[in-house]
Amino acid sequence: MLWTYTKTTSFYLLVAVIVLVSVFPFYYAILTSFKSGTALFEITYLPTHFSLDNYISVLTTGSFVRNFGNSILVATSVVVLALFLAVTAAFALARVSFRGRGLLLMTILAVSMFPQIAVLAGLFELVRAFGLFNTPFALIFSYTIFTLPFTVWVLTTFMRDLPVEIEEAAIVDGASPWVIITKVFMPLMWPALVTTGLLAFIAAWNEFLFALTFTSSSETRTVPVAIALLSGASQYEIPWGRIMAASVIVTVPLVVLVLIFQRKIVQGLTAGGVKG
Amino acid sequence: MHHSALRAGLFAGAVFCASATMAAELAIVSGDSGNGLAFLQSQLKEFEAKTGNTVKIVPMPPSTSDQFGQYRLWLAAGNADIDVYMTDVIWAPQLSDQFLDLTDAAKDVVKDHFPSIIESQTANGKLVAIPAFTDAPALFYRKDLLEKYGKPVPKTWDEMAATAKEIQDKEREAGAKDVWGLVFQGNAYEGLTCNALEWVKSFGGGQIVEANGDISINNEKAAKALDTVKGWVGTISPPGVLAYQEEEARGVWQTGNAVFMRNWPYAYALGNGDDSAVKGKFGVSTLPAATADDKPAATLGGWNYAVSKYSKNPEEAIKLALFLGSTEVQKNRAINQTNLPTIVSLYDDADVAKAAPIIPQWKDVFMNAVPRPSAPTKVKYNEVSSQFWSAVHDTLSGNGTAAENLEVLEAKLTELKGSGW
Amino acid sequence: MAPTQSTIQIVPTGPGRHPKRVKSELMRQRLRAAGWFLVPMLVALAIVAGWPLLRTIYFSFTNASLTNLYGAEWAGFKNYLNWTVLKSGRVIWSGLLADPVWWNAVWNTIRFAVLSVTLETILGTVVALVLNAEFKGRGLVRAAILIPWAIPTVVSARMWSWMLNDQFGIINDLFMMLGLIDHKIAWTASGDTAMIAVLIVDVWKTTPFMALLILAGLQMIPRDIYEAAAIDGVHPIKTFWRVTLPLVRPALMVAVIFRLLDAMRIFDLIYVLTPNSSQTKTISVLARENLIDFDKFAYGSAQSTMLFLIIALMTILYIWLGKVRFDGGDR
Repeated sequence: MLWTYTKTTSFYLLVAVIVLVSVFPFYYAILTSFKSGTALFEITYLPTHFSLDNYISVLTTGSFVRNFGNSILVATSVVVLALFLAVTAAFALARVSFRGRGLLLMTILAVSMFPQIAVLAGLFELVRAFGLFNTPFALIFSYTIFTLPFTVWVLTTFMRDLPVEIEEAAIVDGASPWVIITKVFMPLMWPALVTTGLLAFIAAWNEFLFALTFTSSSETRTVPVAIALLSGASQYEIPWGRIMAASVIVTVPLVVLVLIFQRKIVQGLTAGGVKG
Repeated sequence: MHHSALRAGLFAGAVFCASATMAAELAIVSGDSGNGLAFLQSQLKEFEAKTGNTVKIVPMPPSTSDQFGQYRLWLAAGNADIDVYMTDVIWAPQLSDQFLDLTDAAKDVVKDHFPSIIESQTANGKLVAIPAFTDAPALFYRKDLLEKYGKPVPKTWDEMAATAKEIQDKEREAGAKDVWGLVFQGNAYEGLTCNALEWVKSFGGGQIVEANGDISINNEKAAKALDTVKGWVGTISPPGVLAYQEEEARGVWQTGNAVFMRNWPYAYALGNGDDSAVKGKFGVSTLPAATADDKPAATLGGWNYAVSKYSKNPEEAIKLALFLGSTEVQKNRAINQTNLPTIVSLYDDADVAKAAPIIPQWKDVFMNAVPRPSAPTKVKYNEVSSQFWSAVHDTLSGNGTAAENLEVLEAKLTELKGSGW
Repeated sequence: MAPTQSTIQIVPTGPGRHPKRVKSELMRQRLRAAGWFLVPMLVALAIVAGWPLLRTIYFSFTNASLTNLYGAEWAGFKNYLNWTVLKSGRVIWSGLLADPVWWNAVWNTIRFAVLSVTLETILGTVVALVLNAEFKGRGLVRAAILIPWAIPTVVSARMWSWMLNDQFGIINDLFMMLGLIDHKIAWTASGDTAMIAVLIVDVWKTTPFMALLILAGLQMIPRDIYEAAAIDGVHPIKTFWRVTLPLVRPALMVAVIFRLLDAMRIFDLIYVLTPNSSQTKTISVLARENLIDFDKFAYGSAQSTMLFLIIALMTILYIWLGKVRFDGGDR
């Protein structure tokens, strides 16, 4: 009894520590976002100031709302595109044996090894050559370089581990590969799909370097660039209060996304109705 | 202004007869921040009304290294979407190949500007950019504390250090535990090059690379300057000063925790803000020198407008650059933004003096301005600066003595220079 | 298990068919489908990654600079290694492989990658195991954990540099209060602590990524295995080592590979937090400096290409040591 009690307590203690460490800097950001002026330089642990000025200023000056919309558009498109290309490719890579499969997987991995800064110049030439400069398509296009290899790999791994029997049954029923993917595998792969989709979404949502380079107007820029554009009254002044307010605004949709999709994340094989 | 616009118009008319009369759509990229951007907008409205052109602003993050990276990439790719660039004082020689020569267009107005600034924007005999405003740091001092302990505003570095130490110790005894004597920008970045150039120059140690391209940094005076500053870190300056940029220094200063601060004019207005702990309690002066005989030094900052050679409307773009650097706009800028003009006569202008009394005060500071060696070192400036600030940062953090580090620096710069900059 | 082989083997046992023809027909159908499924992905990657990659590799063999990108001349291996023989017979080496700054960056990069990925894997597994357990408020905890990952790096780096500030940073204040340190530490200023500061921020930021991927792996393990183990009275720790870890290994391996790739390329965090400290300057940061800030585009391209090779080498080593499957064969 005592043992169970200690176990439960230490478990919740662990949970508390994890949550505290994860959330504290964000909490501090919220705290900071309510401050302004010299108050920013003072250390406080509990809210002492409460003013929404920073939020109002972020939302009303510049084109933050527009940029927010751009970010949603870009990140969503990137996820849809990457998942679509990756699910079909993962099926081919995981369930069909052909020559050079290992090599192909290796090449896909190699693609994601190049440092972003190094492909910047070449990508910029492409973006301009295709006439994508300063459009959201430039970002959707360039973000595939880091989302696609990742999603292909993760989905391939997961698809390879799905039991053989379900696919066999489908084949016996005369199902085509497309049907097998959409009707048989997809429902089983929710945890993997949602997880990779979410990670790809966040990666696209947070990307800064490409976004800064491939767009050149307030109407096409995304949120990370918009945050970097927040500036004080003069060159050297860093508007911490507004930066933190903007960061809070940017982080909220992601938290909401996680809360919405978390049922899917936990829907493993057990929930799929098939026991492995 | 009217005159120069006319000239630019004539020049344009001669080259592009057809397009001269057509209104152009221009794009100007600027890392200007907050109020600065709003001010730019108001000036552009005037320009639009005068010329019939339309101008779009492309704002950039305030981080100068981000801006520089973008501009370089855009220019390298021949991006025609941007016509006018706002450039840092040190960029002109590095980007000179991709900007238009403004010598002819600005022939009539260059004489109004400080010659040293025009010189800083001239590379290979080409005027690369029109100065918009300048910047020079000063010594911020706590009037109230100096009065309390009966100290004068220091003229030499030693005097400054002694005063700082005494006030710091006494204030700490009195219970203000977090008080420090001096804060400056000691992080390993371009700002440290600015700070260290001032120390070296005011000790009579030259300016790293002289105007004729000679590497002068390895000398006893320069070493003495760095050794002196090394002695400050941890005694009158917090050890963390080695990670400070402008804002960190201002943070310590504005919460009332520093006796002296080396910073740019922007900290003046903010320090007098309503929530500032030092509001009305401080003054500014020129930075100290080594001895009463040495001249103080202040590193030249500032911003300029340059025209891309890939611009589709070069003549209108040149007009825009000239307009933004004109006496009229600079005066408005001085009054609205407290930016230091590059036009000599504005320092004696009554309207400016009335609206921004700090500007005439800054004339003394500005008279001692020293340029960073961006002109002689050309495209290699960033690397020279990086080598220099690394050597200084190493010295200040105790990795090797000043003499050792400067000797190595000289060797590295010599190698970098090769057969010539 | 070997999915494809057995899939195809099952067909001939179907009643009333000609085994051989059906098999090859099915094979062909599957191969054709696989081809169609792969093409869009490969085309996308070839365009978006292939071209820029080749450009960079090409530039690394030239004397290109950003002021004169298109007038670049072939320079062979000069950017990598070059030597001049002086009249006195002394040989002077130059180029990347003879540059101490480069080797310092390589060392920093490897040190950072190994330390951060190790820490993140351990912590990520712990967090994933916690999240895999059933308890009240699990959804909220899961969302809370993702917050560090969700904040843009540009922002979180600045946020931490604020928190790690020596004078008005909350970390020093907190540690002083808890009695962990007796004087304020200038975290990002001193060479000794700069790497620690970077590691703290990176581990804080990327552990959620590891945790989530491992969690997805855990979620796909059938519950009945645990039930069986519990009925047999196997100790939970033993269950973890004998059952959970082997089953979650493929997911874990992929997570580690991608984190490793990412860690080796670390750029934005260091660029914002400690851009010029020689203790934390990694290859990407060095490459950016040469590509953009300095007028050495070709040299920076060579550094990027070398980084690519180093990462490839480490990945192959890791895959080989970790026995990650590439083909559909047995584990």
